[in-house]
Amino acid sequence: MERKLLTKDSYRSLITKLIGQNYQVVAPVKKDTMIDFLKISSFDEITEDYIVTVSSAKTVAFPRNEKLFDYEKQNKKLTQQDYDFDSIPQSVLIGVRPCDAFGFHSLSSIFCWDSIDKIYTTRLERTTIIGLSCNKADDYCFCTSAKGSPGSTAGSDILLTKMTDGNYIVEIVTEKGAKLVADFSDLFTADGGADKESLLAKVAANFSVDDVLAKINSKFEDEAFWTEQAMRCIGCGACAYVCPTCACFDIQDESHGGKGHRVRCWDSCGLSLFTLHTSGHNPRENQGQRWRQRLMHKFSYMPDRLNTIGCVGCGRCSRACPVDMNIAEHCMSIIEN
Amino acid sequence: MNNLQQKAQQLLESGNYGLIVGYEKGTSGKARPVFIRKAEHASKLIFDESCDQNIAVYLYRQEIKHDKKKVIVANHHTLKSIVELAAENQVFDGDFMVLAFAENGDIIELNTFKEIEKHVATLYHGLTEAEAAMMKKIEDMSLEDRWAFWENEFSKCIKCYACRASCPMCYCPTCTVEINQPQWISVPSHTLGNLEWHVMRAMHLAGRCVTCGQCGKACPLELPIQLLTYKVALDSKQFFDSVAGTSICADNALAIYKPEDHENFIR
Amino acid sequence: METNNTNSFEPKVVAFVCNWCTYAGADLTGTSRIKYATNVKIIRFPCTGRIDFMLLMKAFANGADGIIISGCHPNDCHYTSGNFHARRRWMIFRNLLDFIGMDVNRIVFSWVSAAEGAKWAEVVNESVDQFRQLGPATAYQKLIKNSEFQEVE
Repeated sequence: MERKLLTKDSYRSLITKLIGQNYQVVAPVKKDTMIDFLKISSFDEITEDYIVTVSSAKTVAFPRNEKLFDYEKQNKKLTQQDYDFDSIPQSVLIGVRPCDAFGFHSLSSIFCWDSIDKIYTTRLERTTIIGLSCNKADDYCFCTSAKGSPGSTAGSDILLTKMTDGNYIVEIVTEKGAKLVADFSDLFTADGGADKESLLAKVAANFSVDDVLAKINSKFEDEAFWTEQAMRCIGCGACAYVCPTCACFDIQDESHGGKGHRVRCWDSCGLSLFTLHTSGHNPRENQGQRWRQRLMHKFSYMPDRLNTIGCVGCGRCSRACPVDMNIAEHCMSIIEN
Repeated sequence: MNNLQQKAQQLLESGNYGLIVGYEKGTSGKARPVFIRKAEHASKLIFDESCDQNIAVYLYRQEIKHDKKKVIVANHHTLKSIVELAAENQVFDGDFMVLAFAENGDIIELNTFKEIEKHVATLYHGLTEAEAAMMKKIEDMSLEDRWAFWENEFSKCIKCYACRASCPMCYCPTCTVEINQPQWISVPSHTLGNLEWHVMRAMHLAGRCVTCGQCGKACPLELPIQLLTYKVALDSKQFFDSVAGTSICADNALAIYKPEDHENFIR
Repeated sequence: METNNTNSFEPKVVAFVCNWCTYAGADLTGTSRIKYATNVKIIRFPCTGRIDFMLLMKAFANGADGIIISGCHPNDCHYTSGNFHARRRWMIFRNLLDFIGMDVNRIVFSWVSAAEGAKWAEVVNESVDQFRQLGPATAYQKLIKNSEFQEVE
């Protein structure tokens, strides 16, 4: 993989130039009390003081609400305005952690499973992902247990690793990344050969996700196990909404009089309404079954059908959870029980 | 083993109790709810300042319905919620025992609703200084600034409904947001729908909110939404002298009325 | 509408009224041939107790600049106590709206009996004047417009 060097001043120039060239630049920004991915208009808005952002980077390709089309009914005549693909901006996504970047791989496997989701893929195609290796981790991080690592290049187009002097090691991962580097070639200099590994956060691998994959199917019918696992779960959708790989959505029509639009918005298998039938029957009637679905989807259905894991080990769900449902811990219980 | 753990162990060993709902140490030392059914697991229980979560929300859960008599380790938020849930007939006298704590750390056993109500009367009801300061900060803003403040906060809401799920008083089997004929609250999480949702949540908690702030603590985006329910709680007290979580037989402030209720805005 | 000045703003007003007092009162206004502002669209309810606060939110969301809520005087409720319950609800609701920064002057509450045709005309005219002075509900409209959007926030 080709390596280059980007000084901190050149990094600033790069971002400033990208904004100047009308790229939509999305980066971790501290807003009020939280750090999240937001569209920026100046380099100074960026923060690097985070382990991961609250919400995942998926919002760039899979926003929480996506208007699919507009419609208007007048005198029995229906006019429809289709999705405007030209409205999707060329974006550069900055400061994406390797776990988050890999999340796009899992997400894409869902959105391109049988029929290709054109909106999602176009959004992602027009996004260049500049990853940022992790130099710190917390108790929630478990990427190394989920086949990732704090310096993994998978998913990023370019991966930056911050050195102690504030400059960055640049790894050019994809053609898209190479193109961006070529476009601003004067800002990148020759690699100084710094040792990347020593700069990375240490994340202990407490379990192997392969063991979860091997074991989880045999636990499917163990209702008591899942009930016990989910005792604490209060059934909100926080885990799914912050997850970089959760792709479930709802389709809603929002109309005022004869005018309106159809929207695709996030949904979560943790909510009881998710599987409620019109008849009133709910095939997943308790939280245990809903929690099982969440874990089975990530560690059984996605590996089986899409050949990818549905969990990247970012630990966001556990951080967002009001009752500390720590997913890594649950994985370990599956292995142990 | 500390007092609480010993007590829990005794209760479970006695065979009279089947489940203890309390707190254990979770990730990064954070306290989290725990369900203990075996005496040998009693040593997991903790109770300290970190245990500020309101866990009354578990008392009416289907999953614990078939457990033998239950015990709940309750902080003052949980205690107040139990009283309010009792007033609304959502929990039943004698179904569970409460382990509360005196200021010196001694365990207090509360077996009946009467006892719980009596104990709750000794607790402080009202906002903490920090909470009151947050309320004042917003109330002191100009109308435009308040609107801008809340518009910004509501724009961030992702409608995960953690606020609803974590609130012991949000026990409706079907919430208004789940009704779609008519669709009162939009499903997508845009600012307008979020505003409507949070206004509705606060209104439905008027006279019922025990000001535990659990909704705000649960919010993954740290929206200060607890202030909305604090507002309706403070107004219920001011207008109707109604404080939720103080009486096991009180009627809800908005379900009753007095002919002499006084306002100054109806012409 | 009697406006010569095309620039003058005419507020869209929704009135939620109870069937037994204010609606009958408004009827009397008409049969008494008292003129009042035509900005108002009256929606009839069985009782003020039935007027859910969400209906007010929906009125604003659908472009109302002002809202009038009116029903039987205290002790005159057809259902004995509906208006007493409504009064409590409004006391809380009005303060909550103020707390989130909505101008509560955009909502006028009144008691208008079936005999008060003149009062109804007065309430409407004065409310419409008040809303006209407040101007269009731009803060709310701006929020609605911003809500259309998706993208990265």
